[in-house]
Amino acid sequence: MADPLIELVDVSKSYRRDTLEIPVLQNITMTVPEGEFLALMGPSGSGKTTLLNLIAGIDRPTGGILRVAGTELGGLSETELAQWRSRTIGFIFQFYNLLPVLTALENVELPLLLTPLSKHERREHAAVALELVGLADRVHHYPKQLSGGQEQRVAIARAIVTDPPLLVADEPTGDLDRTSAQEIMNLLGRLNAEYGKTIVMVTHDPRAAERARKVIHLDKGAFVQM
Amino acid sequence: MIIPLNYSFRNLWTRRLTTFLTAGGIALVIFVFSAVLMLANGLEKTLVGTGSDKNAIVLRKGAQSEFMSMLDRNAINIIQSQPEIAADPEGKRLAASEVVVLINLPKRGTNKPSHVQIRGVAPESLTMRPQVTLTAGRRWREGLSEVIVGREVAERFQGGGLGETIRFGMRDWTVVGVFEAEGAGFESEIWVDAEQLVQAFRRPVFSSITMQLSGAGDFASLKSRLEADPRLTVEVEREKQFYAKQSEMMATFIRVLGIFVTVIFSLGAMIGAMITMYASVANRTTEIGTMRALGFPRRSILGAFLFESLLLAAIGGGVGILLASFLQFFTVSTTNFATFSELAFRFILSPSIVIESLIFSLAMGFFGGFLPAVSASRRKIVEAFRAS
Repeated sequence: MADPLIELVDVSKSYRRDTLEIPVLQNITMTVPEGEFLALMGPSGSGKTTLLNLIAGIDRPTGGILRVAGTELGGLSETELAQWRSRTIGFIFQFYNLLPVLTALENVELPLLLTPLSKHERREHAAVALELVGLADRVHHYPKQLSGGQEQRVAIARAIVTDPPLLVADEPTGDLDRTSAQEIMNLLGRLNAEYGKTIVMVTHDPRAAERARKVIHLDKGAFVQM
Repeated sequence: MIIPLNYSFRNLWTRRLTTFLTAGGIALVIFVFSAVLMLANGLEKTLVGTGSDKNAIVLRKGAQSEFMSMLDRNAINIIQSQPEIAADPEGKRLAASEVVVLINLPKRGTNKPSHVQIRGVAPESLTMRPQVTLTAGRRWREGLSEVIVGREVAERFQGGGLGETIRFGMRDWTVVGVFEAEGAGFESEIWVDAEQLVQAFRRPVFSSITMQLSGAGDFASLKSRLEADPRLTVEVEREKQFYAKQSEMMATFIRVLGIFVTVIFSLGAMIGAMITMYASVANRTTEIGTMRALGFPRRSILGAFLFESLLLAAIGGGVGILLASFLQFFTVSTTNFATFSELAFRFILSPSIVIESLIFSLAMGFFGGFLPAVSASRRKIVEAFRAS
């Protein structure tokens, strides 16, 4: 078995609302090996998105140890964590989260601004990523000129352009029709199988979950056996 | 780590109407701000340009203006015999005893009367003031009731045009020439032979003597000798300084009042910019969260929003200065508090006014945009996504 890319030991997360402490995740322990395609499922409020956010380093646990790609995230400052994300994580959101004032190419180029690449190299890499997702002919289109499926493909290109080891996807097909959803899942499957990307995906959609190699169900902040 | 400037440009362009309105508010403030500075600058240039560095002016001690000064013929004779006075190529001494009288003339168009200063001059007066040039007609002839008028008088007062007549001192005076003085205060005066003026008003005294000095160091010796002379009660000043002093009070008044008003206006414009930027931050919560998730540090977000606000302000400032620059085609007139006569002057734009106005507009953008930019940069990523 491959080395674990993600390792959670006794991880908890709770939110404070006024004086009330609301537990969201309780004592989660899990490992995800490199090259895994993992789907997190569960009802609303089960804590699956919170778990994804912790793994992606955009939220911090209230307890436990969280190690991703060899880095213990608890010890990082805000700035170090931001740098770590830019190197390690590719984000795919339900509503694509493209910047509407930038073209497809510029959106994909955005994460590369945090690297030492020259402008020419950045453009080249972004174009390659767009070609990989099948949008070579849409580079100069703005998000509003693209369909939902195309927008999500641009978002995937943005997620892979820095060649991160881990892709996190929050309901990547949640806003798409069936055909587009299928295309996106095909693409994610390819990225996993051909390019060895580890993928952690939150989804409600059983058809999307079927494409994953492993499915974990959560309820009330804990894993449940199905 | 800089978020592309394009991002800020295009966001402003995407919200063009809001951008236009906010920048318009800033433009109006900058328009008023630079107009006030141009006005004060114009006034100073007009009055300071009236004097020359080479000339000295003698007035009665304590007189704030020529209008309040009186020198009798005895004093005139003593002063004109001083050795520091330069001579023209023909050996004639360059000292002109001048008389200043105020009269009322109706303005063209409105028919409203206003004070005009008449200056009784000697032939040397023109020699000592090379900036004064006749643009139409000819000089007055001695012994005749003839006047030459400054360009502003010719344009603004009834009877001031070439060939027309003006009535004062119980005589009709024919305008035989019109002169320009490089925008100086003389352009708001009527010039006439001093002897004729003294007779017409039956005044036994003159107002001042203006003289050209032979050397730069001569001023100090002339001043100390004349002011110490027990036969005289006079004050000697450099001509340029004398007119600069006249402009000081008014220019300061315009500046202080104008800046006070614009600072209050600017508060409104700053609040406008702040509301625009807060709205812009609120509309882009997801974008901010996304950029932070991708790894952009807080300072990049702060920088992007602050840059956007500065850009907005710079657009407003640029438009304001451009609009204000058109004021240079207008002439305004006001009563000069020092002489009580009407003085016409122009709005004059200078590089320092452009720079000051731009700095002021950027300051508005900075203070208006700072808090919204900080609030954008401090937003937690997860909360930003949840808010959307």
